[in-house]
Amino acid sequence: MSTPLIDTVDAVETVDAPARRRGARSPSLIVGSVLLLVIVALAVVSLVWTPYPLDHTDPAARLAGPSAPHWAGTDRLGRDQFTQLMLGARTAVWIGLSSVAVAFVIGVPLGLLAAAAGRFVENAVIGVIDIVIAFPTLLLAMLLVTVYGASTAVAISAIGIGVSAEVARLTRISASRVFTQDYVLAARTCGTGPLMILVRHVLPNIWHTLLVQATLAFGVAVIAEASLSYLGLGTPPPAPSWGRMLQEAQSTVAVAPWNVLLPGLAVAVAVIGVNLLGDGLREVLDPQLRTRRRATGR
Amino acid sequence: MLGYLVRRVAWLLGSLFVAGSAVFFLLRVLPGDPAVTLLAVGSSPDQLAAVRHRLGTDRPLLVQYGHWFGDLLAGNLGASLFTRTPVLDQIAGRLPVTVPLALSAFVLSLLVAVPIGVFAAVRRHGALGLAVSTLAQLGIALPVFWVGIVVVWLVAVRWRVLPPGGFPRTGWQDPAAAVQSLVLPVATLTIAQGSVLVRYVRSATLDVLSQEYVRTARSLGYSLPRALLRHGPRNGAATVVQILGILLASSLLGTVVIESVFALPGLGSLLLTSVKARDLPVVQGTVFAMTATVLVVGLVVDVVQRLVDPRLRGQA
Amino acid sequence: MTVLETTGLSIALDREPLVRDVSFALDTRDRVGLIGESGSGKSLTALALLGLLPAGMRASGRIVIDGRDYLGAPDRQWRRVRGRTVSIVFQEPLTALDPLMPVGRQIAGPLRLHQGLNRSDAERRAIEWCERVHLPDPARLVRALPHEISGGQRQRVALAMALACRPRVLIADEPTTALDVTVQAQILALLDELIEETGVALLFISHDLPVVAGLARHLLVMRDGRLVESGPVDDVLRRPRSDYARQLVTSAARVTRLARPAGGGEDR
Repeated sequence: MSTPLIDTVDAVETVDAPARRRGARSPSLIVGSVLLLVIVALAVVSLVWTPYPLDHTDPAARLAGPSAPHWAGTDRLGRDQFTQLMLGARTAVWIGLSSVAVAFVIGVPLGLLAAAAGRFVENAVIGVIDIVIAFPTLLLAMLLVTVYGASTAVAISAIGIGVSAEVARLTRISASRVFTQDYVLAARTCGTGPLMILVRHVLPNIWHTLLVQATLAFGVAVIAEASLSYLGLGTPPPAPSWGRMLQEAQSTVAVAPWNVLLPGLAVAVAVIGVNLLGDGLREVLDPQLRTRRRATGR
Repeated sequence: MLGYLVRRVAWLLGSLFVAGSAVFFLLRVLPGDPAVTLLAVGSSPDQLAAVRHRLGTDRPLLVQYGHWFGDLLAGNLGASLFTRTPVLDQIAGRLPVTVPLALSAFVLSLLVAVPIGVFAAVRRHGALGLAVSTLAQLGIALPVFWVGIVVVWLVAVRWRVLPPGGFPRTGWQDPAAAVQSLVLPVATLTIAQGSVLVRYVRSATLDVLSQEYVRTARSLGYSLPRALLRHGPRNGAATVVQILGILLASSLLGTVVIESVFALPGLGSLLLTSVKARDLPVVQGTVFAMTATVLVVGLVVDVVQRLVDPRLRGQA
Repeated sequence: MTVLETTGLSIALDREPLVRDVSFALDTRDRVGLIGESGSGKSLTALALLGLLPAGMRASGRIVIDGRDYLGAPDRQWRRVRGRTVSIVFQEPLTALDPLMPVGRQIAGPLRLHQGLNRSDAERRAIEWCERVHLPDPARLVRALPHEISGGQRQRVALAMALACRPRVLIADEPTTALDVTVQAQILALLDELIEETGVALLFISHDLPVVAGLARHLLVMRDGRLVESGPVDDVLRRPRSDYARQLVTSAARVTRLARPAGGGEDR
């Protein structure tokens, strides 16, 4: 059971595979990359240029609609929404990447340990993973915020730990699958040590699964970050975030409904982008899918 | 089956213990003294000591830990730092909002999403099937609170047919008003949960469709929908039960965000205000209650799964 | 009388041809063996004969059943043929049967579907069929789940299911490959008995020449999606015309010669 803020649906779509494999190139990979690139470009450009400085307010043009000076309009303080959107992209990408990094630093070694070690360690790790998965990311974040106050670091830790359980689970399952293969057994009878088996057989066989999982985890992290900021538990002001933009836009939705549109769209573009990218990577990287593609028509 | 049940309950108790400990210790590493935050600046050391004594924070950590579990077993979750109301009473007071919200969203998303998910699987190559899958994908990618804001804007601000938020002060004494104020939150949560559910149901259906026994049924003259009807329920039941568990848990958690969007005085907003006020016992108690619910749902799911799927019974 | 005839059957995935220009006919009481290595297109041909090709694959040519061309016909029309005129038994009975449905109900299903029998009549007929395929204690066995009976018994169930509505063509797609050698011989003997009894025309697909030769009277040899040889079994065995058939015959002969002294009286 996985219950982070939004569930990761990483169902393997067995029946769809042949249909999708018909296209030699993966359209999801291309569309996903393009969508994600838009968000990353916003974030990167914001490092060197934004239409206005972050703290710039335009009191004469409060809650203005989209116009030439303010492409995406302004909020109730007269702050430029496009500037906020670009900086929000930076926050989203940064928190997304760091949480995924945290999740993998914790999850992958834990999963490999469980797969490589004996039954006792494996069961212990499975138990821990199950408990963390049952313990929702949102509640973890709330506990941490109660203790440390809302901050970027707390958001990253909470999301990272929450996602790490899923990463550990997947790592354990895919690594165990490799460990029980005959060629690994053969290598073991030849006296190859566990570390060597890990490097030579396990990692090469599971890294693509993990990469796909990383893209999905990034999407989960982006939504989680937005939700936390919306609730006032994420990155504190003045650093902008899509979630808080939405929270502020909600109070003025009667007069300036357009302010709701862009931040929500930005989250959706980021999440759909990485999900499509993940689907595409799965199609392109999975060695089994690839060989099956070559040998279709049995 | 009995042996399994015993093991599974033992596992549940173990995880409740771990969760309880985690909640306790995470909150005890709190920098600063709750007594100081409670009292005005310049209070006397005696006053501070009195408050610490009331809160129990003057005792050794392990003693406090023991008390936390002792109280838990006695059904006592402590009292709010500020209002001194027992946490259990506070939680109970919020359930009339949260339980109807979570349960109706749960039931509605099931009713809506299961047929849609099956349809999307059977017609996966058709235009309508693809459209449904794409919409579900969009529903998953959009934050639930964004959906809520848009729904509020459209229905409450533009059309003015329903209140944008809030809950009648008198609660369910005015059922019509209470129901009215829950319509939009339930609808929003249903859209969000439903999208996730459509994808689960779709891939579960695809899984059954890809089985060879479906091909066998077709080779004997069954149409695809009839083959699905013949083999789907019994083979999909275990997956469906698991999905129900996930859905129930996420409906409960989804209320945290939804109640914030619609300013509903439920469990989620109790938690949120306590987090912001750093009201430790309330946070502790509410988080524990929610986690316990999720864990118990998990237990029920596992047991029911075994009942409906004889193949699982042999496994450890 | 010809029950099933296919002419110029080709199957392609993405314009990549998998089966090319296959033609043959099955008459009443015919016993045709289709042999070829895995991936040669035999199973696809079988699926095409029932209109059950996987999504994305296209068939062209003609598939004439009872004088009517069904290729490209809508599923609604195919459904009248499947299980009633043409039936199939698949290779792996464990996955071909619903793991959670009692086997009796699985046999009764097509009877209710095609002959409109009510539940109790259909289940009675299912028990009769269990007797005909020599399953022990049929009245009790019909309530068992597939994983509760042996592999050979499962394949007997699959045969009963396929024959329940008295089809005129039975396609057997490697029906014994997943079984132990001794069980394999029993199933082949049963198959022989059943087709003799019911007069169903048989298309037996296998990669194992001795197995096919023991059951079929006519042999089709397939390679890389094409039929490379077609003729009476004895002719093909004695005077194979294609290189591939010659290889098959010589290697099969070598194996049987090797196997005989060691394996002893294995009777096919």
